[in-house]
Formats: sequence, C-alpha cells, structure tokens
Amino acid sequence: MSGAKEIRTKIGSIKNTQKITSAMEMVAASKMRKAQDRMAASRPYAEKIRNVIKHIAQGTPEYRHAYISERDVKRVGYIVISTDRGLCGGLNINLFKAALNDMKTWSEQDIEIDLCLIGNKATSFFRKFGGSVVAKTSNLGDTPEIEDLIGSVKVMLKAYDEKRIDRLFVVTNEFVNSMTQSPVVEQLLPLPAGQDDELKHHWDYLYEPEAKPLLDKLMVRFIESQVYQAVVENIACEQAARMVAMKAASDNAGDLIDDLELVYNKARQAAITQELSEICAGAAAV
Amino acid sequence: MAMTVHLDIVSAEESIFSGKVERLIANGDLGELGVEPGHAPLLTSLNPGPIKVTLPGGEEEFFFVSGGMLEVQPHVVTVLADTAVRAEDVDEAKALEAEKMAREALQDQSSEIEYSKAAAELAEAVAQLRTLRAIRKKTGK
Repeated sequence: MSGAKEIRTKIGSIKNTQKITSAMEMVAASKMRKAQDRMAASRPYAEKIRNVIKHIAQGTPEYRHAYISERDVKRVGYIVISTDRGLCGGLNINLFKAALNDMKTWSEQDIEIDLCLIGNKATSFFRKFGGSVVAKTSNLGDTPEIEDLIGSVKVMLKAYDEKRIDRLFVVTNEFVNSMTQSPVVEQLLPLPAGQDDELKHHWDYLYEPEAKPLLDKLMVRFIESQVYQAVVENIACEQAARMVAMKAASDNAGDLIDDLELVYNKARQAAITQELSEICAGAAAV
Repeated sequence: MAMTVHLDIVSAEESIFSGKVERLIANGDLGELGVEPGHAPLLTSLNPGPIKVTLPGGEEEFFFVSGGMLEVQPHVVTVLADTAVRAEDVDEAKALEAEKMAREALQDQSSEIEYSKAAAELAEAVAQLRTLRAIRKKTGK
C-alpha cells in the first residue's frame, strides 16, 4: 500500500496549493475592482487639464510651448511601467517585448535611449538586459499616490527641457477588459499634434499672473497625471492578469487531483485484488 | 433663489467635489479671490490653503488644497487641485532621489547574483537527486 500512500500525500499537497491559488484569485478579483474605480476617479482631472491646455493653445497662438513643438530626435526617453510583483502571467514579459520592439526602431537609427523605470519587475529585467536607467521608482503598492511619481517624472521632464532627450514615451498595459490587457507605447512628449476641433473659441481667459507660467505649470501637471493614470491602469491590468493566471492554476490543480485520484483508486483496487488472490491461493493450498 | 454656478474640484487621484455653488473663495497666487456666478473667464494658480464654498441655501464647506489651478468659464468653475505639497526644491529633491534609486538599483547586483547562484546550485542538487533516484529504481533497491 506504500504506493497508494505516496499518492495520497501528493493529492494533499496539490489540494493545499489549489487553496492558495484560489484564494489569490479571489483577492485579485476584489483588488481589480478597486483599481478600476481608481482608474475612473483619476480620469476627470486629465480631461479637464487637457481642455484647459487646448483653450490656452488656441488663445495664445504666439507662445509655442516646448512640449508642443517637434524637434529633431537625437535621443529618446522611455518610462516603462511594470508591476512590483510576479505571478501575473505574461503581463510584464509582453510589456517588455513591446518596449524592446519599439526601442529597436530607434537604436537602428543610432538613437540612444534613456530609461525611467517604475516597478520592481522592470528594474530586475533591465538590470539583466542592460540600458541606461536614469530614474527609478518602485514599491508603489495598490494605492499609488502622485507624490511617489513626481520625482521620476521630473527627471525625464528636466532631461527634455535641457534637450538631453527629444521624445518621451510611456510603455504601459492597456486595460481592455478583465480578460485582455495589451501593452501600448504612447508618446508623451512632444504632445501629439492636437486634433483640430471644430469649435474655435472667441474668448480668452484673464490670466493671473500670466499665460506662460500657468501653461508651464499645467503642462507638467498634465504629464504627471498621464503617468499616474498609466500606473493606475497598469495596476488594474496586474490584478486582472493575476486573477486569470490563478484561475488557470486552480483549474490545473483540479485536473491534476482528478488524475491522481484515478491512479490512487487503481492502486488501491490492485492491492485489494492482490490480497484476495493471495487468500484464495492460501485457502486452496490448505 | 440665488444664482449658482457649477463647481468641480478634482485632483489627479480623485474627484473631490462636484455640484452647484453660490460662491467660492480661494487662495490665489496674487491674493484671495472670490468667484460668483457670471464671473469673467479666468485662469490662475492657487496657493496652498482652504477653498471656501457657499452651497445653495447658505451652507458653507471648506476644502483644503495644497496648490493647483483655478479655471473659471461662463458656466463652470474647475479647481485642479494638487494633493501633494509642491515646491521647486521639493520636486528637485524627489527627482534626485529617483536618480539615486536608479544608480543603486544598477550597482546593487550582489544580492541578485547571490540569489541566482543559490538557485543554480539548488537546481544542480535537485538534478543530482533525480539521477540518484532513477539509478536506484533501475537497480531495484
């Protein structure tokens, strides 16, 4: 019966694993819902700011902000947003693949790349892969605050202001639905040329103190809120991906248990049959 | 009934207030300012301080913002609030910290290397065990 006993312990340990994975699945599901709420909560700010910037850009056409005008590209910056923890399927790997693909098009033109990394997984990936990392933030937790991101974003904006980089991209996961997350590379700077909307404004703001410093401040806030939103969206993606991965793990554990139970029953029956035949043979001999 | 204007107070992290108000008093860059319905379009930056809002009916509410922007349009007033304390040198310090973290992350390879070394040794030991077990099974012991 030793074979049967081994199988029993194996089934027991798989059941324990299954308990853990199904608990993680449920935790991820509830965290995902919260992350989605945060995603929705941070949206109005970005929309409002975008509207105001549009207003100013139309109102004061003589002042072209550096964040709006294109210039020749000699060096580019990437903000790569990853998760802090693993066990979320291929989420991070797919993201890095998309990032590297995009970076390749620049390195083929001999354009160098600066990296700003958010999240532990990006750090350990680019540590192995190599690359010039100029800023890093990690351990943001489930409820990131914009305060944690200011530093990293500032490094990249300063580099842009001082013309050390000429384009800035953000690489993050887009939350399509709870089953699908797709990596996207978006251009932050210069701001992609505005879609000229049909309504032209015939009025202008009173500016206190002046348009220029206000616009400068707004631009920085806008970029920060874009990065913040990307981070929040990435967290929603992380939880969704983890939920799916853990569901698959729980299902696989269930299949494994079924198979092992079959083997166990066979072993048990074989042992009984053997015992019976031994008794019969013994009785016949007597 | 008194005239009202729609007010939104939003921060990058959440929407703080949304509704009709009779008046709001904020701490602008050039001093305190009050906004009532029908105010001319205005854009100003805010200093850290309270925003006093008079709701229809005379009730008053206070919100604290650590800076931000105030935008007045004919029918809607928007406060883009900062939640973090912002100042040029504070931002600068944060930027330096982010740079430092990046440098440390690149230098601090020892722990990672030790971990991968340990993992490699473990994998080898497991492989040895597996081989031993296979041999034992074969010889029937």
